[in-house]
Amino acid sequence: MLEVRNLFKSYDGKPLLKDISFQVGVGKTVCLLGASGSGKSTLLKIVAGLESPDSGSVLFDGHDLANTPPHLRDFGLVFQDYALFPHLDVYDNVAFGLKMRRMNQDEIAQRVANSLEMVNLTEFEKRQVTDLSGGEQQRIALARALAPRPRLLMFDEPLGALDRTLREDLLNELRKILHQTQIPAIYVTHDQEEAFAIADRLLILHDGIIVREGHPADVWSNPGSAFVARFLGLGNVMEGKAIGNKKVETAFGTFRIDCVHTHQKGDKVHVLVRPLTRVERSEPLGEGRRNAVNLIQGIVTDILFQQERFKVTLDNGLYFYLSESPKIGEKIAVQVKVECLT
Amino acid sequence: MNQTVSHRDTETQRLLNFSVSLWQKRFLFWLLPLSFLLIFFFFPLSRILILTFDASTFTLENLRIAINALGFTFYQATLSTLLTLLLGLPAAYLFARYDFRGKSLLRALIAVPFMLPTVVVAAGFNALLGPRGLLHTLFPVASLPFIGTLTAILVAHVFYNATIIIRVVGNTLSGLDPKMEQAARSLGANPFRVWWNVVLPLLRPSLFAASLLVFLFDFTSFGVILLLGASRFSTLEVEIYLRVLKLPNIPLAALLSIVQLVCTLAFSILYTRFTSRIFSYTPRSAKSNIRKPKTIREKVFVITFCLLLSAFFILPLSALPFRSLFRLEADRGQRNEIQPGFTTDYYTELFVNRRGSVFYVPPIEATFNSLGYASATVALSLLLGFPAAFALAKPTRLEKILDPLIMLPLGSSTVMLGLGFIISYGAWLTSPFLVPVAHTLVALPFVIRTLQPAIASIPQRLRQAASSLGASPFQVWKTIDLPILRRATLAAGTFAFTISLGEFGATLLISRPEYPTIPVAIERFLSQPGGLNYGQAMAMATILMTLTTLSILLIEKLRLPGAGEF
Amino acid sequence: MKRFVFLFVFLLASCSSQENVTPQFTGPQTLTVMTHDSFAVSEAVVKSFEEANNAKVVFLQSGDAGAVLNKAILTKDAPLADLLFGVDNTFLSRALEADIFEAYDSPALHEISSEFKLDSSNHALPVDFGDVCINYDKSYFAGNNLPVPQSLEELTKPEYKDFLVVENPATSSTGLAFLIATIAHYGDEFPDYWRALKANGVVVVDGWETAYYTNFSGSSGNGPQPMVVSYGTSPAAEVVFAETPPENAPTASIIGLDTCFRQIEFVGILKGTRQRHLAETFVDFMLSKEFQEDMPLQMFVYPVNQTATLPEAFVKYAQVPDQPASLAPDEIAANRDQWIQEWTNIVLK
Repeated sequence: MLEVRNLFKSYDGKPLLKDISFQVGVGKTVCLLGASGSGKSTLLKIVAGLESPDSGSVLFDGHDLANTPPHLRDFGLVFQDYALFPHLDVYDNVAFGLKMRRMNQDEIAQRVANSLEMVNLTEFEKRQVTDLSGGEQQRIALARALAPRPRLLMFDEPLGALDRTLREDLLNELRKILHQTQIPAIYVTHDQEEAFAIADRLLILHDGIIVREGHPADVWSNPGSAFVARFLGLGNVMEGKAIGNKKVETAFGTFRIDCVHTHQKGDKVHVLVRPLTRVERSEPLGEGRRNAVNLIQGIVTDILFQQERFKVTLDNGLYFYLSESPKIGEKIAVQVKVECLT
Repeated sequence: MNQTVSHRDTETQRLLNFSVSLWQKRFLFWLLPLSFLLIFFFFPLSRILILTFDASTFTLENLRIAINALGFTFYQATLSTLLTLLLGLPAAYLFARYDFRGKSLLRALIAVPFMLPTVVVAAGFNALLGPRGLLHTLFPVASLPFIGTLTAILVAHVFYNATIIIRVVGNTLSGLDPKMEQAARSLGANPFRVWWNVVLPLLRPSLFAASLLVFLFDFTSFGVILLLGASRFSTLEVEIYLRVLKLPNIPLAALLSIVQLVCTLAFSILYTRFTSRIFSYTPRSAKSNIRKPKTIREKVFVITFCLLLSAFFILPLSALPFRSLFRLEADRGQRNEIQPGFTTDYYTELFVNRRGSVFYVPPIEATFNSLGYASATVALSLLLGFPAAFALAKPTRLEKILDPLIMLPLGSSTVMLGLGFIISYGAWLTSPFLVPVAHTLVALPFVIRTLQPAIASIPQRLRQAASSLGASPFQVWKTIDLPILRRATLAAGTFAFTISLGEFGATLLISRPEYPTIPVAIERFLSQPGGLNYGQAMAMATILMTLTTLSILLIEKLRLPGAGEF
Repeated sequence: MKRFVFLFVFLLASCSSQENVTPQFTGPQTLTVMTHDSFAVSEAVVKSFEEANNAKVVFLQSGDAGAVLNKAILTKDAPLADLLFGVDNTFLSRALEADIFEAYDSPALHEISSEFKLDSSNHALPVDFGDVCINYDKSYFAGNNLPVPQSLEELTKPEYKDFLVVENPATSSTGLAFLIATIAHYGDEFPDYWRALKANGVVVVDGWETAYYTNFSGSSGNGPQPMVVSYGTSPAAEVVFAETPPENAPTASIIGLDTCFRQIEFVGILKGTRQRHLAETFVDFMLSKEFQEDMPLQMFVYPVNQTATLPEAFVKYAQVPDQPASLAPDEIAANRDQWIQEWTNIVLK
């Protein structure tokens, strides 16, 4: 089990990572989600031993790795741009880690075949890596990291260079492999779809600290902050003022909120309006509907077809998913559920 | 995933069809550089050899001379090259990977010896290691004999040529993707194995190129052998020199020349065999690779190596400015009472034509002339070198034949070539334009060998991407190759520049004293006795050193138009 | 490095004789003079010739004396210049044999002492002479209370061990001159002499520059050896070219019997010149008082013209040997290669 304790790291005087702590258990994949430049790659490098933290420690199975150089940590590393060795063919690339561990030829051959099989590239041993396509190269990079059976795998935005369909396929394969081998993994990405797909636990990094940690489903339902909600693209995030218990006044109207926190009158509150929650398309407000609860009105300014739904944007900037498409310029009203974030 | 959409294919096809056919394109590439070499090298050299070669020179005695000379030449060149690699590789690593204060200056200073006349270098070493040198003053033990030993020759060769390794290899090194090394380390490779299994194989093309250049320079080394070897050692070049100019036996000289040429050709062919595979990978911006030393071990390495390099390169060189600014013989009557006095007399004296001599060299003019020739050489050698390097980067059968021939000018006797010129072109070669031509003959192999690995390593798909987006071949070159090649171009240009600055011989011989250069001036001062002469020679040498250092620093700051962070 | 030889050889030719075929009254004629690298002359002197003769003089400097001669021989069918200056008495025979000169009985020759007229056919005319002598560092000898050796024999004495630096006669004309001096003195016994010198620690270097500026202690180079084979006029040069002219020269020459060798330099009109008349005038000019008096402080040689006066520095600081060693040019030409070979076998192997 990997444990990261109180890591601090500054770069050029500016703090990059502040008091980072987390654990990765056997068979678990922890996903580090954060915007570009948020220090994710640096964190990986620290865990790998390629950089040292300003303070804090990295432990594996209780053993502090401060004095263990990278080549003895037995952690696998997969990069976004594969970093395959161009002067070696596929076989030698995959066998590299095994050669470093001085295994004998037969064992190496077997492991290489094994790894290639895991990534579905069994016939590729003699090929030159520079001749392969992006997806193939990435799989070779994975095979290379897997071959030595590392005790931890680290992925630094591995699918970023691939196209959508390929990404999905590889993601599925990756999940299968991780599940099969039960190797603990840290997966770093800025793409929340990837993160949700692969993580057993999600860590969201912002400004050098972990702002939200938890099971993906949990994080999804309870983002916990406006930043996380926005970052995960959960819906429309608004700022408002509490004007009584369970009531918030916002620029888009006053709403009754569904909330576990208590607010004092006048408190600043962030609320989330998910685009897919109990929306109904209704006629514009007539006299009789004035007192309807949590209604948002607006004129449709943009409609985007998304295969099973329509993403409808209103003139007030909010967007919703509807099952039927209104017309642009049409005035509609939707009934929403408003959750509080803070 | 291969996404070759069919319509894109035909578009590329169409583009290619518009341009000239492959063979014609190849021919175009080689047109300029080949004509240049034919006119200024192959033709005159073959003429003199045909004229003077005599089958009767195949006597036993002559063969013995030839074999002895060849043996020693090969021996000292190999040793020198190995030693140069020993010093140059870690230095290349130091400069390619670490950032530290004074880095540009140190790297520029290491290039300075490359263009200093041998006499000046000997003076520097003498001031450092001689019986009245710095070392002896600090540690008064019996001074080690230096001049006249093989050590002196080897040390001087390393001193001169380390910069070649540092620049050529360092260039490639800074372009390597650090992630490969990180991947290797995470796979269990300790730092040594990272180097041995990953970095060195990728460095191999430029390593071989640099080694070959150094080797050929040492193989045809002349001034160093003659001066520092104190006549005790004889190489092919020295023997040729003697047989042509001193104890004339020109047929024997021709024989030795041919031996030299054959050897050079052999080495060049070997080189092309070893470097047939160039690995292409997307080059990295140099910046992403360089950082300040962090761990204690790194810091120790950086500091000790910097000190070592400074001691080896800067100390001997520093004797020159020192002697140009300090009078050490205020009172030569009392030998032991040296009254050192700071003086700018030597510099002011440079501007005085005390004897009214027709051959007086005004320093500013000399500086301008030197710089002028150097710039012309850079332009000419890049103009000729680029197309040749391009052609060589994607070799066809034509290139396989032409490749070894590129190195020949470096490995052939200049004395013989000079004679060849006299016979072939004699009277109608009068213009000073020939000076850059002559410099280019030496600079061209450097330029080509520096550019070729860089060009070859650009992944083809980048070019394909550009051309499928509608870029003409020239545009492809301008927007893809040129920015990526910026580093290599600067390195090549710097070589050409320093080679020209120090091309002592050409300028000494200038028929028109109107275009004298700095090395000429130095030589003139040292040809007569007198403290003023010596001081002025030191002053001019200092000017030359400063000029070179500044120019190199300036070139490094230069950015080619349209270049990115490469 | 090799480069310095490279272009130095090739560019020798880079100056062609630019002959204007225009008639004399329309523009200055060009006269090309091929010389060695040590050639020097005042601008004023050249200018006075140019103005007096409506000419432009171009100097082609092409290496040392031997190199220049070899190039002239190599191109004798298409000469690169009109005149060749710098053949000395060690090369005279070869030059005459190669038949590269045209004879010219200059009227100025009557002012020249006959001892210099080594070519009676006047293909090569003497212009200057100098003595290759051993220079010694005065303060070194004085400081160590040592008497200065006065003869070749004394150089082999143990108290002078490791004192002397000589140049390789194969690569240096200065060194060759000294070798010939020892041969003139010892005849066929010269190998033994050199063995003795070698046993006494004689240092050999490639050329005068190295010897003087790297090895000699009496020069600004501060080298280890207090005796060097140099020129009789070098002490005078040290005074002339000192920042603050000293009272006494810091060095002096040993001028005992046969310790010096007299070098005489010649000029000749190259066969095939198209400026015969102008060349003749220039030769006369070189032998005239004006040129002859300019030479000492330019090239640090002595004039052959008896009417020329010497500069004061020469009189004060340079020593002229009474009996310099000399050998007939024919003898030198015939045996030089063999002598050098023998010398190399003894001293360098």
